[in-house]
Amino acid sequence: MGSRVEISNEGGYRSDGRRQFELRDITINLAQQGQADGSAIITHGLTQVLVSVFGPREAKLRSQTIHDRASINVEVNVAAFSTGERRRRGRGDKRVLEIGATIKSTFEPVVQTMLYPRTQIDVYITVLQQDGGLLQACINGTTLALMNAGIPMLDFVCAVTGGVHSTSPMLDLTTLEENDVPHVTVATMPRTGKVALVTMETRLHVDRFEEIFRLAGEAGKVLHREMKGAVMARTSTLATAMGRQRSVDKDGDEQMHE
Amino acid sequence: MEKITIKKRPRFEAVVTQRKFFKKTARGKVIKVLRERYLRDDVSCGIQSCIACQSHLQPTLPVAGVSHPLFPNGHFILPDTNVFLSQMDLVESTLFLPPIILLQTVMEEVRHRSLPLYNRLKALTKMDEKKIWVFYNEYRSETAIIREENETPNDRNDRGIRKATEWYNSHLKVTRPPIRGQAPPKVPTVVLMTEDAANRQIAEKSGIPVISVRKYVESMPEADKLLDLLSAAGSDEIEPTKAAGARQPLYPEYLPTAMLAAGIKAGELHQGHFNANQYNYLEGSVSVPAFSKPVLLIGRENMNRSVSGDIVVVEVFSEKEWKAPGDEVVDQDTTLKNDDVEASGDEGDESDNDEVKARETRLIRSEHATPVAEKQPTGRVVGIIKRNWRAYVCHIDSGSLTSQNTTFLAQQTVFATPVSRLLPRIRLRTRQAPTLIGQKILVTIDRWDVNSRYPEGHFVRALGKVESKEAEQESLLLEFDVPYRPFGKAILDCLPPEGEQWVVPPKSDTHPAWKEREDLRQLLVCSIDPPGCQDIDDALHARPLPNGNIEAGVHIADVSHFVHADTPMDKEASDRGTTVYLVDKRIDMLPSLLGTNLCSLRPFVERLAFSAIWELTSDAEIVNVRFTKSVIASKAAFTYEEAQIRKDDRNQQDDLTKSIRLLNTLAIKLKAKRMKAGALNLASPEVKIHLDSSESSEPIDVEQKELRETNSLVEEFMLLANISVAQKIQETFPQTAVLRRHLPPPKTNFEKLQDILMKRRGIKLDVSSSGALADSLDKCVDPTEPAFNTLVRIMATRCMLSAEYFCSGSVPRDTFGHYGLASPIYTHFTSPIRRYADVLAHRQLAASIGYAPLHPSLHSKSHVERVMDVINRRHRMAQMAGRASVEFYVGLALKARNEREAKGGVKEEAFVIRVFRNGLSVFVSKLGVEGLVMFKRDVKFDAENYTITVPGPSGEVTISVFDKVMINIEVEKDKNTQRGKVKMALVSPVDSSGL
Repeated sequence: MGSRVEISNEGGYRSDGRRQFELRDITINLAQQGQADGSAIITHGLTQVLVSVFGPREAKLRSQTIHDRASINVEVNVAAFSTGERRRRGRGDKRVLEIGATIKSTFEPVVQTMLYPRTQIDVYITVLQQDGGLLQACINGTTLALMNAGIPMLDFVCAVTGGVHSTSPMLDLTTLEENDVPHVTVATMPRTGKVALVTMETRLHVDRFEEIFRLAGEAGKVLHREMKGAVMARTSTLATAMGRQRSVDKDGDEQMHE
Repeated sequence: MEKITIKKRPRFEAVVTQRKFFKKTARGKVIKVLRERYLRDDVSCGIQSCIACQSHLQPTLPVAGVSHPLFPNGHFILPDTNVFLSQMDLVESTLFLPPIILLQTVMEEVRHRSLPLYNRLKALTKMDEKKIWVFYNEYRSETAIIREENETPNDRNDRGIRKATEWYNSHLKVTRPPIRGQAPPKVPTVVLMTEDAANRQIAEKSGIPVISVRKYVESMPEADKLLDLLSAAGSDEIEPTKAAGARQPLYPEYLPTAMLAAGIKAGELHQGHFNANQYNYLEGSVSVPAFSKPVLLIGRENMNRSVSGDIVVVEVFSEKEWKAPGDEVVDQDTTLKNDDVEASGDEGDESDNDEVKARETRLIRSEHATPVAEKQPTGRVVGIIKRNWRAYVCHIDSGSLTSQNTTFLAQQTVFATPVSRLLPRIRLRTRQAPTLIGQKILVTIDRWDVNSRYPEGHFVRALGKVESKEAEQESLLLEFDVPYRPFGKAILDCLPPEGEQWVVPPKSDTHPAWKEREDLRQLLVCSIDPPGCQDIDDALHARPLPNGNIEAGVHIADVSHFVHADTPMDKEASDRGTTVYLVDKRIDMLPSLLGTNLCSLRPFVERLAFSAIWELTSDAEIVNVRFTKSVIASKAAFTYEEAQIRKDDRNQQDDLTKSIRLLNTLAIKLKAKRMKAGALNLASPEVKIHLDSSESSEPIDVEQKELRETNSLVEEFMLLANISVAQKIQETFPQTAVLRRHLPPPKTNFEKLQDILMKRRGIKLDVSSSGALADSLDKCVDPTEPAFNTLVRIMATRCMLSAEYFCSGSVPRDTFGHYGLASPIYTHFTSPIRRYADVLAHRQLAASIGYAPLHPSLHSKSHVERVMDVINRRHRMAQMAGRASVEFYVGLALKARNEREAKGGVKEEAFVIRVFRNGLSVFVSKLGVEGLVMFKRDVKFDAENYTITVPGPSGEVTISVFDKVMINIEVEKDKNTQRGKVKMALVSPVDSSGL
């Protein structure tokens, strides 16, 4: 007996009331988190990740230093409570390591590492809630956290998951949809139009791929506006706060420490 | 292109926009699930020209609603879930056409409760004449609700439905504001329709217009017709049955579902399809994997209210209680003739019941010493997993009526006897009973209570007079579930716009129709078909090649050029699965414009084709084969007979005739090779009905089909094409190729036939392989009786499994073989006009030669499997419908002959194929019908040797299986049910009329 939830119904609504090309609600929080040099909490619907960036700083291990550029170290930690079923994922979990490796290779060409030779940039990702689109949330969060840390980058990296249900494409899938529908995650650099990452774990027909790839690129641009807005807002808060010389911010959620 | 947007969902609304629930997994773990929901303001109300709503779909509800005596301002109805669950027949009726607002909540609840009903509901929403709008109330911010604490899901849904009704009414008022200086606009009402009295009360309290189904229908103009469609279940206003509770239950209660599931898991209970016995209504069987023989269910209590086709759970008795299947014919109509309708249901008189019970027990108990070997696992039904009830074609039993006066309009309870012998009688209440006598009617079963001997149902509609062709035809189609509605507009829109005028475009390299298409118009192609064939889907050619080899080609209509995947036409074709041939009607799979014109390879016109072209040596060995899309121009369309005459006529020396001869010599060699490989030559009774003229379609006579050499010619080349195509697509798409196979039958299937042949004729049947079987079937000859061989072949065919379509990725490679054809691989490619499997094979072949990319759905194993399941079922049903149609016409022909010839009926030769304690089953080869000869008196019956001994005028006569007897055939109408019945009686060796 198949699932009794319809992925897309006759009226064109998905199981959560969105239409084909509607992305889930996004909230971005760029407030200071503890000791981190830059951090971001990003929420796509019910998927939430916290990304903290440390560095550039001296590499802990000599063997990891690269003489002409900074090395990026990504560690992913999936909270046991992030899914409905409590499940511990250790450090050595293959899926978690793979996400880390994917993010590392995505950002290496985007971050201007040659500006900081012999240093290390640490990216710690904590997955707080999961409901599909985990990789996309991790990539978007990392972009924002790196920006927040003031690390020079060539462009934003915006990732979106796209899938196809029978013949109709759809964007930003939930877990429910990811289980039923072949999907692909595309990370683009909206300003240059370059593609930083395409990854796919399910089988998708070639004829459909082109369409979804294009749509995911378009959706990347939409996300870019949202992310850029958040970064601008954060920067302007910071700038006004600095202008006022150590005055307490109205929101109270952030304070300037020199 | 639609714009990509981000849907915002305010955090503070999380209570409404997030749903939290707990789910138990199969392992028993409890998981918390969190889902979000985006509420929106752009969900359209579906009312035409509504100023506030926009929709990308065309709104279907009329502006002013529809007027109804109770709602003079116009109204829409908004039914709740129960209306659809219990009154689907009413909603589907063509007389019931008010605009309906269908809520998402209702849709989903129906889906959870019953998938078949949900599918019917979905089909309804797509019908043009029904004005149904699906309103997604759970996504609209004003109507979305959340479950409150301590509220059952049912109550929550009811509240949601009430809220939506309320919103609709206020929405209508808001969008039609009074304009100054004009009379206030008439605002139609949205009426909540529900059967639930409690729900109605709450609604009335909060001022929501509400009505019950019965009340609504009663005030409609066609009330008397529609009222009968109301289901018995749930209609709370029907007078309560008298003392229903005090009655003794006739059947044991079913076990609770949890217990059934546990029992099946533990292996103590078994699950399977219930098959009723067509000879004995008190016996049924269930095939379960745990036993090699089906589990026998004897008697009403043990069958426990199962109806043929239900999925039931059985408990098997301990081995000493096992029994052999009865060897007597027990007819429901004769045994239960006097059973009173009322007595069997509500107002039971105990003595009456006891009588029926006693009679039935007598029938069951006639237990004679049976050999242990014949004993079968025996058990009883303890629960039902799934009912497979549908609408059944029935007759009203006139004996059960209180009054036959047509002016008598009081409601009465009557029996409806289904046409199929596998089903029990159904009790129903109707006011129209007197007018329904002598008609075929459609009845559905609503419920079957423990204290009612018969299931209860309701009348759906009348099909027409018994024995009128239209009624018989429609009842056949309904009985075998053949979709026969005319093609809808969306489907016809998929046809080429040129219609009948469509022609192959002039040859050019740029035209898409000519893309990668070979021009084979100069070839001498011809088609050979049965007379009167309109859908010609194959044509042939052959010519000698300069190197001494022969080129032979099979050209199949290129249906996939017109029928593209994922179009409404494709969907419909995949649902119909096959064209159904009845004696006087054809129910097409594709619209007739394609079937009989654009795709039909008619002579003298250019047509698109898909060609398979072989190079064969003169010994019919394949040198190579290629497939190509092509354009052909057939030079002639022959019937089998014409082609045969032309081939045999020495004076004809033109190229076309020569090519037929060439094809024939190849075919003979191909056939010889196939037979050598062990192909079976099977037989099934095939007869042809002669119709008086095409207009009157009065059958005159019946004769057996004649087979000519040219039949075999066409058949051999079609087999060759199918096998070559099967190899090609299996190579290219090993996971999803559409193939056809015929599994070798289990040895045990032949045991009985082997035993009969051995004991009666001393012939040994070797069933070790298809080749061995073919050989030993050839040896089954009786020099004095040529038809004996055919009879054995027919009986052997019945022991085999039926061939089926399958998806190559879903079964192991070594089970691909086709037993009957002795081919390692096989598919259907040659009749895409009338079989859907062939259309799929065409698409896959086109993709494998690189002509067109394969549609993604054909890459999906699960999708192909699903389609295969449907077409296998349709194929089976189509065969049965065709056979039933022939049977009906044979009956008519016999009746006509009876009237023409002197009284005393038609006398024919027949073979005995089975003996019972009180009768014989005989097969009349000349008419292709099977029938029963019943004896009223007991006769000596020897089950071991398959004989019965009947007293005759000159001593006792022994009749055994395979004996030839003379029988007298009459068609008589059952006096009560008006059911036409073929009645057979022995004439020689003994006259059975006195027995």
